[in-house]
Amino acid sequence: MTRSETRPRAGSLPDRRGYFGEFGGRYVPETLMAALDEFEAAYRNLRRDRAFQSELDDVLRDFVGRPTALTEAKRFAEACGGMRLFLKREDLNHTGAHKINNAIGQALIAKRMGKQRIIAETGAGQHGVATATACALLGLDCVVYMGEVDMARQELNVFRMRLLGAEVVPVSSGSRTLKDAINEAIRDWVTNVRTTHYIIGSVLGPHPYPLVVRDFQSVIGREALGQLKKRTGAVPDVAVACVGGGSNAIGLFYEMLQHDSIRFIGVEAGGRGPALGQHAARFSGGALGVLHGTRSMVLQDEFGQIAETHSISAGLDYPSIGPEHAYLQQIGRIEYYDCSDDLALEAFHKLSELEGIIPALESSHALGWLLRNGASIGREKIVVVNLSGRGDKDVPQIAALEMTR
Amino acid sequence: MNRVRKLFTRLRAGHRCGLIAYVTCGDGPTVEIVHALEDAGADAIELGVPFSDPIADGPVIQMAAQRALKNGTNIGDVFAIADEVRTRSDIPLIAFSYLNPVLRYGVDRFADDAATAGIDSVLLTDLPTEAAAEVRPSFRKRGLGSIFLLAPTSSDARIAAVNRVSDDFIYYVSTTGVTGTRNELDPTLLTRLDEVRARVTKPLAVGFGISQHVHYELLRDHCDAIVVGSAIVRAVASGDAAGAPGRAAAVVKTILDRDAPAPLLSPAT
Repeated sequence: MTRSETRPRAGSLPDRRGYFGEFGGRYVPETLMAALDEFEAAYRNLRRDRAFQSELDDVLRDFVGRPTALTEAKRFAEACGGMRLFLKREDLNHTGAHKINNAIGQALIAKRMGKQRIIAETGAGQHGVATATACALLGLDCVVYMGEVDMARQELNVFRMRLLGAEVVPVSSGSRTLKDAINEAIRDWVTNVRTTHYIIGSVLGPHPYPLVVRDFQSVIGREALGQLKKRTGAVPDVAVACVGGGSNAIGLFYEMLQHDSIRFIGVEAGGRGPALGQHAARFSGGALGVLHGTRSMVLQDEFGQIAETHSISAGLDYPSIGPEHAYLQQIGRIEYYDCSDDLALEAFHKLSELEGIIPALESSHALGWLLRNGASIGREKIVVVNLSGRGDKDVPQIAALEMTR
Repeated sequence: MNRVRKLFTRLRAGHRCGLIAYVTCGDGPTVEIVHALEDAGADAIELGVPFSDPIADGPVIQMAAQRALKNGTNIGDVFAIADEVRTRSDIPLIAFSYLNPVLRYGVDRFADDAATAGIDSVLLTDLPTEAAAEVRPSFRKRGLGSIFLLAPTSSDARIAAVNRVSDDFIYYVSTTGVTGTRNELDPTLLTRLDEVRARVTKPLAVGFGISQHVHYELLRDHCDAIVVGSAIVRAVASGDAAGAPGRAAAVVKTILDRDAPAPLLSPAT
């Protein structure tokens, strides 16, 4: 097959059953199936509903602050070996990350479905803050599940969620990180499914979540294409984003996938090294599996028990990856690499010092890959990196880390 | 006809409501516990395969799975347990698992080894009927039944679909929620059960939250069997290993015992 034959057309996937090739689907207890059907039906209607779309556009413009800026990063580009480098500034969104694009969209759907109670999981806290913010704006009740380990390393976000009126529930089971927060959110949902909508924060989970979250995040790439065209007269040569669940990456890449000339790079968390448990690099270390309602690449042991993961960045610390990423990797459309904790930290400092932008540790992984591999790209090339969030939330953690070094 | 199907035929012929007892494999002396449960009056056993991320389970079974995994229990041990039970007993055995351990083991290989170990049916908590084709043909080839769940939220179309693909019986989840004991049954349960029963042809077992004699009394005329899980798992965990079979058996005896004092239950609304 040639690339043009395998290239997914915008909107062609997932199929009706929620699959991207062999990935995706809907693997949940029976109790949730009706709620997923209801959510899917509501979304399919609202996707074509002008009033809904214009309400969403208004909130994105007047509340979130879209469109976000596209910033050329000349000094950092030199440090990477030289290129025309643009940063898509999702850090400038209200609440400081791309997560708000999806949280607002889903909260608006929940409201239309008559669900007054919202639950969410959060790793780094950005999705929790975004959801708490959307709920405050729309007058919805909000409960956020967060692993105890993540609560400790993202204390500030815990406080922010509480300021916004959300209840933050500590999760003490398993690895006490994002994976366990999702388990607990699903258990809540199974129990309160009739009154509650679960706002999943990434392109994960059972169908239709990977589709819905992708659609709400694809505003990132749509804006970036327009802005790049205006500034450079061209589409980018390379697009780079970090990949935890993969929502900021899909958000940047999705509208660009129709351009065959663009090279896509997804950067996973390389953590401390390649041993199972020390990283969150699903493509190099994972196997086909089912976790949290979707079939994808999953870090697991030989008996199918889900592995613990490690990343310096809470938002990338997750053993599975969005099913659409698994598909795009399989057909060779996106290349995936990983970036270690140390390299991400180096990039975190470099961008701060050279550009006056403190990036989130998650986004620092994308920058870290570029720092190490930029020289092979070419000076004349146009590169766009999704700066998915700002690093303010990470400053206390970095300060503590460097005090002990 | 496998042992599970024979059991339900027997139960219907005798107009009796059966009791299915759940145990988490590898949490305590599972083989001895199974024998004790049978001696106490359990009609079938669900062998729980411990999983790291049991999204449909409440704290009691979550913790049991964690202990079992810490003990190094894997799918192979579950088959070894079934195998050993079979040297002394013909009690129907139902493997109860999440999908991922089965996928990782390999569906065909799982079917082969489960059948060889004397397991009769398999229930995968996070496998809805839409994905039944991923495992059912392979299970069927080895004589294993596939069991599917129904819930209070299931639509009529879903009830029909489950009735089509659930082989030996249908597992009805009593309430929206995770596994775990509850003092009161869902007040709408009996009405809903009668509704569901009118729409299905397969035997119906009811589980989640059932832990008391009064629950059994209430349900016995509305279903073919009840499933008792967390109450047994909690009893297993609440003392030394040597006493675990006795404590598990006591739970079953109490639930089946007609003379036990009945705790108060709120009237159906």
